[in-house]
Amino acid sequence: MPLTRPPGREEASSAVALAVPNHNRGPRLRRALAPYALIAPTILLLATFLVFPVGSVVYYALQHHVVNEPYDDAFVGLDNFSRMFGDSQFWGSLAFSAKWVATEVALQLLLGLALALIVNETFVGRAVARALVFSPWAVSGVLTTSIWMLLYNPATGVFHYLSEVGIGSQGTSVLGNPDTVFGAAVVAELWRGVPFFAILILADLQSVPRELYEAASMDGAGRVRSFFHVTLPHLRDAIVLATLLRSVWEFNNVDLLYTLTNGGPAGATTSLPLYVAQLARKSYDFGYGSALTTAAFVILLFCSILYLRLSKFGGEK
Amino acid sequence: MTTSTITIATPRTARPKATPRQGRVLRLFLPLALYLVFTVVPFYWMLLFALRPAGSTSLLPWPLTFEHFDTVWNGMGFQVFFRNSVWIALLTLVFVTFFALMGGYALARFRFRGQKAFMLALLCTQFVPGAMMLIPLFNIFQTFDLINSRWSLIIAETTFQLPLAMILMSGFVRNVPVELEESAMVDGCGRIRAFLAVVLPLLRPGIVAVGSFAFIGSWNNFLFALMFLNDPELQTVPVGLQTTIGENTVDFGALAAGGVVAAVPVVLVFAFVQKYLVQGMSAGAVKG
Repeated sequence: MPLTRPPGREEASSAVALAVPNHNRGPRLRRALAPYALIAPTILLLATFLVFPVGSVVYYALQHHVVNEPYDDAFVGLDNFSRMFGDSQFWGSLAFSAKWVATEVALQLLLGLALALIVNETFVGRAVARALVFSPWAVSGVLTTSIWMLLYNPATGVFHYLSEVGIGSQGTSVLGNPDTVFGAAVVAELWRGVPFFAILILADLQSVPRELYEAASMDGAGRVRSFFHVTLPHLRDAIVLATLLRSVWEFNNVDLLYTLTNGGPAGATTSLPLYVAQLARKSYDFGYGSALTTAAFVILLFCSILYLRLSKFGGEK
Repeated sequence: MTTSTITIATPRTARPKATPRQGRVLRLFLPLALYLVFTVVPFYWMLLFALRPAGSTSLLPWPLTFEHFDTVWNGMGFQVFFRNSVWIALLTLVFVTFFALMGGYALARFRFRGQKAFMLALLCTQFVPGAMMLIPLFNIFQTFDLINSRWSLIIAETTFQLPLAMILMSGFVRNVPVELEESAMVDGCGRIRAFLAVVLPLLRPGIVAVGSFAFIGSWNNFLFALMFLNDPELQTVPVGLQTTIGENTVDFGALAAGGVVAAVPVVLVFAFVQKYLVQGMSAGAVKG
């Protein structure tokens, strides 16, 4: 690669070069400080708007802090946490969150893996197929909600049209029925979640050395065997990381459930973050809400470490 | 099983024997077609409701009408929401990309004390429940008098997107051979000049990927806008979209037209960066 400078850059870059001396001529101290200067804005942002808020959540968790009862603010120690253990709504929302994360991540992984394997093959129209099946990735929670509300609407949605041709019954309201609302929400979230997995797995799939397949083929391995003995081991780290990140995101994600079901009907889809949001919005109980947040953070951290240990992430393949 | 050949990741020319066409249809095209239906039907449904007259039950958007777009764009304030969203997303893009470039370069090209800890901190941010940071963030923005200011959104979005963007960008910088910079510096360039002249042009795919992730993420954010902005004149598209749902009687045409308005910019960005997407994911997030 020749070191060609794009034309017209000379003036600008020489001005910069004047301001900052050449690295091997400049003072050693400046060179030692350079990386810190480069990450300083990030550290400042993260410290102010992420680390400090996390700290204040822990602080609030130990307080009685209800916004519309400002005179009752007091240090209460672990009272909020002992209240948590007796709160059936907390356990209910935690159980829902666990079910939600497990279902979503398992299905997204299986479908995403299948999709990645399919669009990794060579066929006419592959680029178009990729663009189409990946496109929901770009779509937000609220937009996903809007689209699926149109689809699920009993009067004008797809089920209405299906019932007209004899599939299913008239007037089915999948979002209003506690038995079907979970499945309906899962499908809507899958729609935008599977592409993420597929993109991530496809990225890793393209780095599998072709020689491995040729060698496997020489040894008489069929397609299925080489998938399990070559592809899957190669993808292991990507899959572990993708499932971990996705689990955390699915656990923390509020926008879809908030707008699609708002936790209902009758609390059937209230996840833990949604419960906390309701506590903050309806009863202004920031102290108890913060205690639940702290608990959620600890649970996430514990599960993540356990998962990384059990999956031997980054170990020998 | 032993007679079948391997087709995974193998181009057509490298295949020893032609795969039976039927197997390929069953294995490849049938599942792909099913998944395409699952992906495309919801988009089509939204377009259908946005383009056909209210009360119509036709499965084709015919006769075509733009009344719903007129309703949301001029009547429901989407014109304003759209402008707000564009500004917020563009500024987030600029900040995330710029800081990610700086930090990503530092992580890839320097060894410094605290580097491991910093990397670990970046990864740990992914476990922080963003939705649960709303209460303390609200208090902080109130202190800085940024509630009801678009800067609250830009700052919050930049903060939450920066860690992953930086990890991604450091992967891209690592992919540029360090020798290129070194030879430029031997030729008399300073580090910054070498970076601008040699590394930056080669980083273009990475910058496009990181920038578009930032734009799409910021464009789609709902909770921050809901919490930190009250003035309807400052609201963004996702919140505007939510208000079309929030009423007791849902105007499906308006909901769908609002959805199209919300989808068009991100889908355009997506179409533009689609080819960098897979590359972007493999450069940083997975290989770390």
